[in-house]
Amino acid sequence: MTKNIMIVGVGGQGTLLTSRILGGITLDAGYDVKLSEVHGMAQRGGSVVTFVRYGEKVAEPIVEEGQADVLIAFEKLEALRYAHFLKKDGVLVVNEQRIEPITVVTGAASYPEHIVEGLEQEHTVYKIDAMAEAKKLGNSKVFNIIVLGMAAKHMDFSKEAWLEIIEKTVPPKTVDINKKAFLKGYEG
Amino acid sequence: MLGNEAIARGAYEAGVKVSAAYPGTPSTEISENIVKYDEIYAEWSPNEKVATEVAIGASISGVRAMASMKHVGVNVASDPLYTISYGGVNGGLVLVAADDPGLYSSQNEQDTRCVARAAMVPVLEPSDSQEAKDFVKFAYEISEKYDTPVIVRTTTRLAHSQGTVTLKERVEPKDQPYERNPAKFVMMPANAIGRHVYVEQRMKVMAEDSGSFAINRAEYQDTSIGFITSGIPYQYVKEACPNASVLKLGMVHPLPRKLIEEFASKVEKLYIFEELEPVIEEQVKSWGIEAVGKEIFTVQGEYSANMLREKVLNEKVQVKDPAKVPARPPILCPGCPHRSVYSVLNKLKIHAAGDIGCYTLGAVPPLNVIDTTVCMGASISTLHGMEKAKGKAYIKNWVAVIGDSTFLHTGVNSLMNMVYNQGTGTVIILDNSTTGMTGHQDHAATGKTLKGETVPAINIYELCRAMGIKHVTEVDAFDTEKLERIVREETARDEVSVIITKAPCVLLKGNVFPYKCRPVTEQCKKCGACLRPGCPALTKNADGTIAIDDTMCNGCGLCEQLCKFNAIERAEA
Repeated sequence: MTKNIMIVGVGGQGTLLTSRILGGITLDAGYDVKLSEVHGMAQRGGSVVTFVRYGEKVAEPIVEEGQADVLIAFEKLEALRYAHFLKKDGVLVVNEQRIEPITVVTGAASYPEHIVEGLEQEHTVYKIDAMAEAKKLGNSKVFNIIVLGMAAKHMDFSKEAWLEIIEKTVPPKTVDINKKAFLKGYEG
Repeated sequence: MLGNEAIARGAYEAGVKVSAAYPGTPSTEISENIVKYDEIYAEWSPNEKVATEVAIGASISGVRAMASMKHVGVNVASDPLYTISYGGVNGGLVLVAADDPGLYSSQNEQDTRCVARAAMVPVLEPSDSQEAKDFVKFAYEISEKYDTPVIVRTTTRLAHSQGTVTLKERVEPKDQPYERNPAKFVMMPANAIGRHVYVEQRMKVMAEDSGSFAINRAEYQDTSIGFITSGIPYQYVKEACPNASVLKLGMVHPLPRKLIEEFASKVEKLYIFEELEPVIEEQVKSWGIEAVGKEIFTVQGEYSANMLREKVLNEKVQVKDPAKVPARPPILCPGCPHRSVYSVLNKLKIHAAGDIGCYTLGAVPPLNVIDTTVCMGASISTLHGMEKAKGKAYIKNWVAVIGDSTFLHTGVNSLMNMVYNQGTGTVIILDNSTTGMTGHQDHAATGKTLKGETVPAINIYELCRAMGIKHVTEVDAFDTEKLERIVREETARDEVSVIITKAPCVLLKGNVFPYKCRPVTEQCKKCGACLRPGCPALTKNADGTIAIDDTMCNGCGLCEQLCKFNAIERAEA
């Protein structure tokens, strides 16, 4: 069975690094894997989505509507934007950060209230204020790895395998803090 | 491996010795990966035409060469491409063209296969990263065998998807000996007449031979449904209809007619599943073969497996409607120097003829400065055309805006034209010392090559002066007061003028930001002046006062300059 993971967020939040870690762990585990990313214009502070699919043999590189097993959202408006990609029994892991899009800042649109509460009515939701947790760890940049740690519980790999791939993937100087961040999300 | 990384690996394994390119999403990472191989000379050229000609020169001299570009880059390169199709090659010559169905990062959705048909150049189309690597190698084989340049066509979805790839060793082909051969490589009429005959014959032979190419493959299973497909759409067919028969075309031009006729005769219902233009479909139908294609599949955007489930299998795909949420379009980064320039133009109610780069985002609210964007380099010539149509008074509240990399790409020619034909417009060169939107590639004015060598940088100021322009002014992009004065002066002038606004891209490596901007809340009059340029680090508190996200702020100080009440301070971070 192919497993479908999506990582969504705002350009600059580190979706590409997270997907590299995910891609690496699936490969190490001997799966066939395909990843699809967004580069270029779409990244500049815009809505960003990355697909990761792994299984015995993967054909298409994208996850389509209604098919995501795990949706990892680094920002809550983006969670709402892509929630319809989730399977019925899919899991949403959401960072409760609010980043206002330019359409909201200029007053052309308004940021929806009670997003997470609304999503909890329809989906299995795991939420975390990862930015606050990351600041407690002393580096706000690793919030994405905290969220990944939370999502990792809903995938097919051991804690050790995750720590190993993090060590292999992130810049050497940041290995320790990223491992700590992962465990924060994984173990709570 | 990313599709683009696999293409670079293919070039390496095929023994390519020269690679030239101009950055363009989604093709940029090809060069960024090729540069890792010391065996390949790799360069950023100022534009795709130059890059293609560099590759042509290398091929004529007898080595394998590659030029890579995005689809619209093929337009710039089409002049040499159409003619080298006649001349053919000495060492293998491959042009990688990356199409962008779905318009993730482009100004149009053109299909390179249409160009290739007109230029009579064969096209290969891989479906995943492994094929991307393998097809590049095969492209060099057929380039040399059939004496033709070959296009490898990718799409955004292939270029920016990762899949597993098996690596092989590099094969070092012997350089082809160079012998002078004007009949082949000097395309003047007498020679071109003969070469055109050759080209027509070459494409016929290739069409005939391609029936036995391994990359064109019939997969017979359930014959009640058959698909002719290629590239990424092949993967959607395998996903949605894993039991259907498929004719997978690795070469999409010229088409293997016999193979297609045979496949069509064996399946009951034939679909042609290709993104963008009905290139395969129109040819197949012209042979009297019944098939379904663009009657049910769109010519716009990307395809999907769900599309097949709905339109071919008549399955009702149960998906929820997406939630109605505010759009999150791309925006200029916090601290971007373009924002500062646009805030001045916006204040002066100046219209801008725009160009291609991050700064195209000046077209959208809240900046609303750019009125036109066509293609690379067009800003300057469009402004000139407006002046010639409506007179010089008409463009007093207009400027052209163009980035440093785009200016060197094709803006230079337009500026020469403005000087020559007595234009009076004002051109603003937004010099941020890099090719920003594609992810920070060097160019001729940065003083660094793709290989990282330090070289003399083209001086844009001196270049403009050398054209005979008397009024060329350099100004710090963040000095809004000075910039405003200069823009007023230069647009009032009845002569051509250039303003070079200087400040490096905030995302450029090595950039340090010693300042942060902070709100002084008790001074805030809630007027919103600081919000007008749309910096993403600024938001309103519930009471209407200003909040600044200090993780996003790069301390450029634009908001501080705009605040008349000292409600924002800029201090050392």
